[in-house]
Amino acid sequence: MDELWHAFVKAIHLIVSLDPEVMDAARISLTIAAISCSITALLCLPLGSLIHFRRFPGKRLLTSAIQTLFSLPTVSIGLLVFVIFSRAGPLGGLGIFLTPTAMVLGQIILISPVMLGLIISALSGVDKAVSETATSLGASRFQASLITIREARFAIMAAVIMGFGRAFAEVGVANMVGGNFAGYTRTITTDMMLQTQMGNTELAMALGIILILIALIINVVLNRLQQR
Amino acid sequence: MRKAILVILAILALVGLLVGSISCGGAEGEGVLTPKGRLRVATTTSLYDTGLWGYLEPMFEKKYDVELDILYAGSGIALEYGRRGDVDVLTVHSKSDEEKFVADGYGVARVPFAYNYFLIVGPESDPAGLKVKGMTPEQAFKKLYANPGSGKFVSRGDGSGTHSKEKAIWKAAGYPDYEAVRTAGSWYIDAGSGMGPTLLKASELQAYTLTDEGTFLAYKGRQEINLVPIVNQGSILLNVYSVIVCTKNTKQEMATNLVNLLTSPEIQELIGKYGVKDYGKALFNPCAGVPEPTS
Repeated sequence: MDELWHAFVKAIHLIVSLDPEVMDAARISLTIAAISCSITALLCLPLGSLIHFRRFPGKRLLTSAIQTLFSLPTVSIGLLVFVIFSRAGPLGGLGIFLTPTAMVLGQIILISPVMLGLIISALSGVDKAVSETATSLGASRFQASLITIREARFAIMAAVIMGFGRAFAEVGVANMVGGNFAGYTRTITTDMMLQTQMGNTELAMALGIILILIALIINVVLNRLQQR
Repeated sequence: MRKAILVILAILALVGLLVGSISCGGAEGEGVLTPKGRLRVATTTSLYDTGLWGYLEPMFEKKYDVELDILYAGSGIALEYGRRGDVDVLTVHSKSDEEKFVADGYGVARVPFAYNYFLIVGPESDPAGLKVKGMTPEQAFKKLYANPGSGKFVSRGDGSGTHSKEKAIWKAAGYPDYEAVRTAGSWYIDAGSGMGPTLLKASELQAYTLTDEGTFLAYKGRQEINLVPIVNQGSILLNVYSVIVCTKNTKQEMATNLVNLLTSPEIQELIGKYGVKDYGKALFNPCAGVPEPTS
């Protein structure tokens, strides 16, 4: 109990003193997660809509497959990126491995299934009557789809927030493909892992507290936007 | 629809701001796909845990105006990164693996630059009776194996330099089949973790373990480690750190600069003094340019 309290005090101290290492880690965590989340959202919204609105053979199988990928371990994704982008790998010439780019790539792979699955689920939750009414009022198929998307916007927003949270809090991908270089690819989560390994448990816990605080602030902001 | 667009725009704006702040704040302004001006070093954990790298890194970065990216890994994975060409330089302590690495053409040369000693640590109560004057590490291991259950042993089990040394001691003690040792009984615990967590596990279980002196001292200062030195004499306990430039690296000149720095007289002297202030004794002995110590 003592340790938790000390960790909390340490967290406040690190924030107030604008500790450069913590600021670096926070900046990197936020940036990488934000970029990954934005790109994934831009990819998954059209893709999810396409999958939901179109009829095609194997649609249910595809949806099942996407949901299965929810359980993809972060370490597996890290390994995949490692094998492909390591200098010794097929795409090694790009020199992406051990840079923030690899981390973004890995996180996009990580959160795509989740975001895709939840967007499809969000769209499925809209009453068919909405698009049917729109069509009967003269809307084209595309316009009717847009209206359905609009109806599902809160659930879609929740899917995006979920994707961001997953990317922000993960450690398997970031650690495996980023290299955990201080000030360059060291996120809050990989720093927590390192500090624990090095025996600085209090610092590791303080970092965890800071991560939750940042997540809280972001969620409050996004919530206000969602409700206005 | 408007709200969704607003939110996406807000996120993109935030992202733009952050990306902008990085590229302005970052010193080099290199492309993201091909980082220039960064030298990658894979280091064994003990050089990092003792704080030595934290001490040397700014010196090197300042002198050669380059960003040093230090990858914290066990010697095993560090050598693998070197084989794949993902890092430029290695600082490791696994002599036989290093020699093979260079022989196979992955490393330019093995350059020893510092040494200290491993030691066997264990509970103060010393249940297996290993803390005896004149007991060698090989004899201690033999005693543990011959009396299963007299004492527990926690192994790094992670292919690190320390793990290699442990296997070497088992071999010297008369047990060349490591797999047999690993599965000898519940007294032998394969932890699969770094030195710090392994020490913590050994402390929790009140077991024996092999550790390098630097990390042991560094951790005793930071955490509750209820372990004491049990066996610290024996030439097999020699722990030599080497720096190796990887043949697949992309920054030959800068990599050589690092080797030169580590073996330079000034830095050798600093290495020899490192730790006295915080731990009361030097954690490393310099040895560049002299015949490699054998005991």
